[in-house]
Amino acid sequence: MASLGELERSVMDQLWSTSEASTANELRDRLAQSEGQDHEAKDLAVTTVLTVLSRLEKKGLVERERGTRPHRYRAVSTREDHTARLMHEALGTAPDREAVLARFIGSVSEAEAATLRRLLSRG
Amino acid sequence: MLLTAYLLALLAVLLAWPVPVALSRARWTSRSPFTAMVLWQSIALAGGLSMIGAMLVYGLEPLGDNLIHAVRRAAEIILGNRSSAELPFWHFFALCAAALLGTHLVFTLGLTYARITTQRRRHRELLEVLSSPSGAMERTLVISHPAPVAYCLPGGSRSVTVLSDGLMEVLTPDELAAVVDHERAHLTQRHHLLLWAFEAWRQALPWLPTSRLSRQAVSSLVEMLADDVARRTTPDGVLVRAIALVALGRSEGASEGGAAAVTTTVADARSESGMPDEGEASLASRVGRLLSPRPPLGGAARTAVLAASALLLAVPTVLLLVPGLTS
Repeated sequence: MASLGELERSVMDQLWSTSEASTANELRDRLAQSEGQDHEAKDLAVTTVLTVLSRLEKKGLVERERGTRPHRYRAVSTREDHTARLMHEALGTAPDREAVLARFIGSVSEAEAATLRRLLSRG
Repeated sequence: MLLTAYLLALLAVLLAWPVPVALSRARWTSRSPFTAMVLWQSIALAGGLSMIGAMLVYGLEPLGDNLIHAVRRAAEIILGNRSSAELPFWHFFALCAAALLGTHLVFTLGLTYARITTQRRRHRELLEVLSSPSGAMERTLVISHPAPVAYCLPGGSRSVTVLSDGLMEVLTPDELAAVVDHERAHLTQRHHLLLWAFEAWRQALPWLPTSRLSRQAVSSLVEMLADDVARRTTPDGVLVRAIALVALGRSEGASEGGAAAVTTTVADARSESGMPDEGEASLASRVGRLLSPRPPLGGAARTAVLAASALLLAVPTVLLLVPGLTS
């Protein structure tokens, strides 16, 4: 069985690849198709997909259309938007940022950029 | 008792202002970042201890001629629900201030911890669905993003290093290895704990020169310590190139392959800071010490600094406890 983290990723990939909302059944079928060579994905239970979907819903990545049965799920925003948000968080200059995550390079001033550019062109 | 209170107050003032100012200007710190880090920790701890201690000792002075005796008397007063009339106003005031400051420090430490872990957890949740494990490197995630980005997210057994596509494109394998070594060093040396403590210290007493200066110094020193780990296996020149390439990639947004979204992301992140840029001094001194390396402090000098650090911690502790234990 693939780990929940991996499943979350594949489910999100499926949801991001279409603009329409999908049911858990449809998702399961598409997952089985896309990972056809991976025999584990084939016997994925719909309940597992539902578990993954509810986890993703809690994380605010997926929303459920109310009122329809079976429930249809869609991604809250595009993959690009999420990546942009994540990078904004990673590169942000809030004072406590460094305590949250350690970056290889923090912020760079214009003067420093100029010095580094000179350095690179020399070497 | 009064003399002890005055000595502690003097120590608190010295550690709050002139000492950190002098240390933040010292140039030897970049030669032996580890030693400098020990000294900063000792300054912060001894500073806090003497600040609270001075007020506590002054406040308890009318109750006894040493701290242990006076605390026992104070406990009797509180437990026996007796009037605090034996305690003149200013002494009572000092006691309350000591209690408030102590609580404030502990609470800020806890709040900062809670905030940091919440932010990390949210970040990790997004990472889980947006990144994929790097095939070649353990505990390393790759996120598809054109800007060169590298960071690590601490979290015990779930700590990960995150690299972007853009980073792997601009760096040679040597340079990439240096970046990964640098990030791993942050994790193995538990730098996030230091940054957490000093960040809490700064948030608790932002108006105190020592809390701001020490926070700045510590974030610069951890970068140097991590660089030093990378230097064990990578020539300085390669590390400098990696730093320059990543820094320039950052400052120009994603120059070529950059989608509009990415450029605004970086621009937003940069303009978000209303405060003076604390990273500046750090990056310049970081590159400076790699370009023209100076030998680390000699053994004698290092021992002297470590001894001074121990002494700094010992003085307030002794002042507080010894009179009570010896009498």
